[in-house]
Amino acid sequence: MAELSLNKPRFTIGRLFVYATLLLGVLFYLMPLLVMLLTSFKSMDDIRSGNLLALPDAFLFDAWIKAWSSACTGVACDGVQGYFWNSFQITIPAVLISTFLGALNGYVLTKWKFRGSDLFFGLMLFGCFIPFQVVILPMAQTLGWLGLANTTTGLVFVHIVYGMSFTTLFFRNFYVAVPTELVNAARIDGAGFFTIFWRIILPLSGPIFVVCIIWQFTQVWNDFLFGVVYSGGDTKPITVALNNLVNTSTGVKEYNVDMAAAMIAALPTLIVYVLAGKYFVRGLTAGAVKG
Amino acid sequence: MAAHEMTQSAATASISDDATAGTEPVRRGVGFGERVQRLLPKLVLGPTMLTTLLFIYGYVIWTGVLSVTKSRFLPQYDFVGLLQYEKLLDNDRWGVASLNIVIFGGLFILICLGLGVLMAILLDQKIRAEGSIRTIFLYPMALSFIVTGTAWKWILNPGLGLEKLLQDWGFEQFTFDWLVDPDMAIYTLVIAAVWQSSGFVMALFLAGLRGVDNSIVKAAQLDGASMPTIYRRIILPHLRPVFFSAFIILSHIAIKSFDLVMALTGGGPGYSTDLPATFMYTTAFSRGQMALGSASAMLMLGVVLAILIPYLYSELRGKNNG
Amino acid sequence: MLTTFAKRTILATAISGLLSTGALAGSVEVLHYWTSGGEAKSAAVLKDLLEKEGHEWKDFAVAGGGGESAMTVLKSRAVSGNPPSAAQIKGPDIQEWADLGFLTELDQVAGNNNWDQQLPQVVANVMKYDGHYVAVPVNVHRVNWIWANPEVLKQAGVDEVPSSWEELIAVAPKIKAAGFIPLAHGGQAWQDATLFEAVVLGVGGADFYQKAMVETDADALSGDTMVKVLDTFKRLRPLIDDDAAGREWNIATAMVINGKAAMQVMGDWAKGEFTAAGKIPGKDYVCAPAPGTQNTFTFNVDSFAMFEVSDAGDKQAQADLARLILEPTFQEAFNLNKGSIPVRTDLPMDKFDSCAKMSMNDFISTSKQGGLVPSMAHGMAVPSAVQGAIYDTVTNFFNSDDMTPEQAAEKLAKAVRAAI
Repeated sequence: MAELSLNKPRFTIGRLFVYATLLLGVLFYLMPLLVMLLTSFKSMDDIRSGNLLALPDAFLFDAWIKAWSSACTGVACDGVQGYFWNSFQITIPAVLISTFLGALNGYVLTKWKFRGSDLFFGLMLFGCFIPFQVVILPMAQTLGWLGLANTTTGLVFVHIVYGMSFTTLFFRNFYVAVPTELVNAARIDGAGFFTIFWRIILPLSGPIFVVCIIWQFTQVWNDFLFGVVYSGGDTKPITVALNNLVNTSTGVKEYNVDMAAAMIAALPTLIVYVLAGKYFVRGLTAGAVKG
Repeated sequence: MAAHEMTQSAATASISDDATAGTEPVRRGVGFGERVQRLLPKLVLGPTMLTTLLFIYGYVIWTGVLSVTKSRFLPQYDFVGLLQYEKLLDNDRWGVASLNIVIFGGLFILICLGLGVLMAILLDQKIRAEGSIRTIFLYPMALSFIVTGTAWKWILNPGLGLEKLLQDWGFEQFTFDWLVDPDMAIYTLVIAAVWQSSGFVMALFLAGLRGVDNSIVKAAQLDGASMPTIYRRIILPHLRPVFFSAFIILSHIAIKSFDLVMALTGGGPGYSTDLPATFMYTTAFSRGQMALGSASAMLMLGVVLAILIPYLYSELRGKNNG
Repeated sequence: MLTTFAKRTILATAISGLLSTGALAGSVEVLHYWTSGGEAKSAAVLKDLLEKEGHEWKDFAVAGGGGESAMTVLKSRAVSGNPPSAAQIKGPDIQEWADLGFLTELDQVAGNNNWDQQLPQVVANVMKYDGHYVAVPVNVHRVNWIWANPEVLKQAGVDEVPSSWEELIAVAPKIKAAGFIPLAHGGQAWQDATLFEAVVLGVGGADFYQKAMVETDADALSGDTMVKVLDTFKRLRPLIDDDAAGREWNIATAMVINGKAAMQVMGDWAKGEFTAAGKIPGKDYVCAPAPGTQNTFTFNVDSFAMFEVSDAGDKQAQADLARLILEPTFQEAFNLNKGSIPVRTDLPMDKFDSCAKMSMNDFISTSKQGGLVPSMAHGMAVPSAVQGAIYDTVTNFFNSDDMTPEQAAEKLAKAVRAAI
C-alpha cells in the first residue's frame, strides 16, 4: 500500500492535512503520559502552584524513590518493590503456558479438525465475553478444592484458563492462513502430529508468538480483579499495591508519588510495547487479523 | 515399524472425511499407534475443552441457577422463580446501567473503528517517523485501567486538569466539566476508553492495509479511479476480516469495562455512569444481593449472545468455506 | 501512675507473652481496609503489639470504597475454604457471617477479660451472635460531626458553627461571598449518604431516624417529614463546589484544613487527617455535632470478626489478637491515631483531645437517655442490600436536577421495599 501514489510523495495540501491530523493524534495519545511523567518529577508545592503541563521547577526523583521503597500500602511501608517481583512471578509462567497452549489449540483447530471442533471454537469465542465478575466465587471454590486457594500457582492457573480463549483465537486465525497442503504433504511423508507441529508449524509462528505474548503479558500484568481476589497476603501483584497506594493518602494527597507508582507499575508493559511494538504490527500483518 | 503407513492412513482418513472421524469405529487392522495418532488432536484440545466447559459454561450455568434463588450474602439454594428478574427490570439503577452500556459500547466501538481506520490510512501514506508515531498510538494499550483511570480523572477534573489549564492560558470562558456532570460523565468514559484502545485498532488496520494486494490497487488507478473511491470500493471491503477481529476485541473490552469505571468515575456522579458489569459487582458483592447480581449477569450474557451469534455464524461460515 | 488494674494487665500481658513465645506462636492473617494515613498508622500499632507476643502478623490490606473490595476478597476466600483469621467486618454483617457458620466464638477470651463489664451493652450486642462473642470491637466513631475552619468562618463574618441546617444554609452565601466553599464534600455515594443521615437526624430527630433508617418503616420513608428532610438535603447541594464528584473524603477534609472550604460533615476519622497535618482542635479547627443533632449520637463501630482456624498456634495468635484489641495500650494508641474514642468506657480519657472527650460524654449520656442511633451510611443499621438501595436513591436525588423531594421519598420507600 505504500506505493499507492505512483509518484514520490510531494508536499501538498493533502499531505499537510495528513501530518496535521497525525500530530493531533500524537498529542491526544501522549498527553496523559506526559502529565503523569511531569507530575511524578514535581514537588508537591510545584504541583499546587503550576498547571498540568508546566515543566517541573526542578526534576526531582524523590517521588519515584518513595514509591519504590517507602510508600505505605497498608501496614507496611516498603513501597511497591516487593509487589513488582510478585507480578513477574505470576505473569511469566501464565503468559508462557497460555501462549503455548494457544498455539497447540490453534494448530488442532485448523489442521486437525474433527467433528465439533468448529462448534467448540465458537463456544470458546463466546467465552471471551463472560464478565470475570461472574467467575469470582465459583473459581474461588474450585481453587479451594484444588488446594490452590491464595497461592501464586492458583493465580497463574486462573490466568491461563481465562487467557486461553484469546491465545487460541490468535493462533487459530494465524494458522488458517498457513497452507494446509504443507501439512498434508508432511502427513503423506509420515510425519506425526507433534512432528508437524515442531518441524513445520512452529518455525512459521514467530510473528504470532510475538503478538500473543505481548497481548497476554499486558493482560496478565495489568489484571487487578483476579490479583486482589486470588492472591495471598504476601503474593499480591503490583496492581493491588498500586490501588492501595493510590487510596492510601494522608490528608494531603501525594499526586507525585501516585503518578510515580503508576509509572513504575506500567513500566514493564510500556517497555515491551516500545521495544517490540514493531514486531507486534508485523505479527498482526503476518496473519493474525486475517479473520 | 509400520508407523509410517499407519500415520498416513490416519492422516488421509481425517482429511477425506474429517467430519465423521470422531465417530468412526476403529477399522480392522488398525493398531494402537494409529489410534493414538488419531486421538492425539482431541487429546491435545481436551484440556482446553474441559476447562472451557467447566470454567466458563459450568460457571454460567451456576450463575443461572443462582439467579433463580434468593441468595443474598453467599450462594444458597432456595428457589424463588423469576422474582430476581422482575426486581431487576423494576430497578432504576439497572435501567441506567443498560442505557449506559448502549451509549458507551456503541460510541466506543464506532469511534475506535473510525479513528483506527483513519489513523491507519494516514499512517500508510509513507509517513516520516512512522515507527515512533505508531508506538505512540499503541502505547496506551500497555497501561492498566487503574493507571489510565487515575490519569484521566485528573485531566478531566475541572478544578485540576484541562479546564484549569486552558483557563490559565487565557481562555477564561472555557469549561469542560463532563466528569462532574451526571448527564455527560458517561462520555468521559468513552474518551478514556477510546484513548486506550483505538491505537490497537489502528495497528490491526495498518496490518490489514499492508496485506492488501498492490496489483489490484494499481489496476484500479490505471482505470482512473480516485483514491477515495479506491479506498471505499476496493481496499476497505478487503479489510472485512479486520473489522471482524476489531469488533470482537472491542465489544469484549466494552462489555467487560469495569476497572475503568471504578478508577475514573466510581459509577458517579450518583450512579449516572454505572455499567452492567459494575452493577453486577456492586449488587452481588458489596450489597449482598447475589441472586440479583446473577440475574443481571444472565441478562447481560443473553444480550451478548443475541448480538454475537448471528454475527459469528455468518462470519465463521463464510470463512470455513474459503 | 498505674492502677492495680493496669498493673495486672501488664503482668498478664507479660506472662502470656512469655507463654506464647515459648509454646504456641502462630500467625494471623488480618484482612482490613485501613490504608489511609491515620488508619494505617493505627493498624501498625496492633501489628507491633502482636509481634511482641511472638506471633506473626500477615497484612492483607485492600483499599477502596469503604471496604467494598475487601468484602469481595473476604467472600471469595471464605468460599475457597481459606478465610483469613481476622477480618474487618461490622454491624449486621457480623450476624450474617456468623449465621453462615464461619466465625469462631471468643467466649473464653471474653470471659477471662471481662468484656461484658467493659463494653457498653449496645456495642456488645452487635459483637455477639446467639449470645456468644464472635467479634471484637475496636473503637466507636461518631458520625454526626461537623468540622469547621474557624479562620475561614471569621473571615466570612460567621461567628459560630451553625447549629441547625437552616442556619447553615442561611450563612452559606456569606461564606461564598468571602471566596470560600461553604461545605467540603466528596461526591461518592457513601459520603452523600453520610450527609443525608445527618440531615435526617437533624431535621427529623432521633425517633424519626430510628423509624426511617433503622426500622425502614415505609410510612416514615415516604412521609412528610422525609420530604422535608430531602428538601433540606437538596438545598445543601449548592453549598458544595462543582468539582466534588468522585473526590475522596480525606481530600475534602484537606480543603477544610487548607482553608479552601469552611466546613465538612464527616465522621470523626476526619480528625486523624487534621492531626496528621499538625492541627490542634479548638484552635486550628472546631468540631461540633452536625447541625441540629446536638443531643444525639450516630455510632459507627469498627470491629474484627474472628474466623475458624485449625492450627493450634494460629488459634492462640487469634485469641491474643482479640485480647490485645481491647487492652488499654491498644485502645488508647489506636483511638488517638484514628480520631475515634475507645470502645471501653472505663478508660482514662486525659490523653484525648477535647473533641474525643465531648464524643465520649455524649456517647455515655445518649446511651442512657436515648438518642444513640446506629449509622445507616456506615453499615451499622440495616443489611447491605437495604443500605445500597438507600444509597442509590439518595445519591441519585442529590445529583440530578429533575427529581422533586416528593418523588425521591416515593422512590426511597419503593427501593427499600424491593431490597428487603
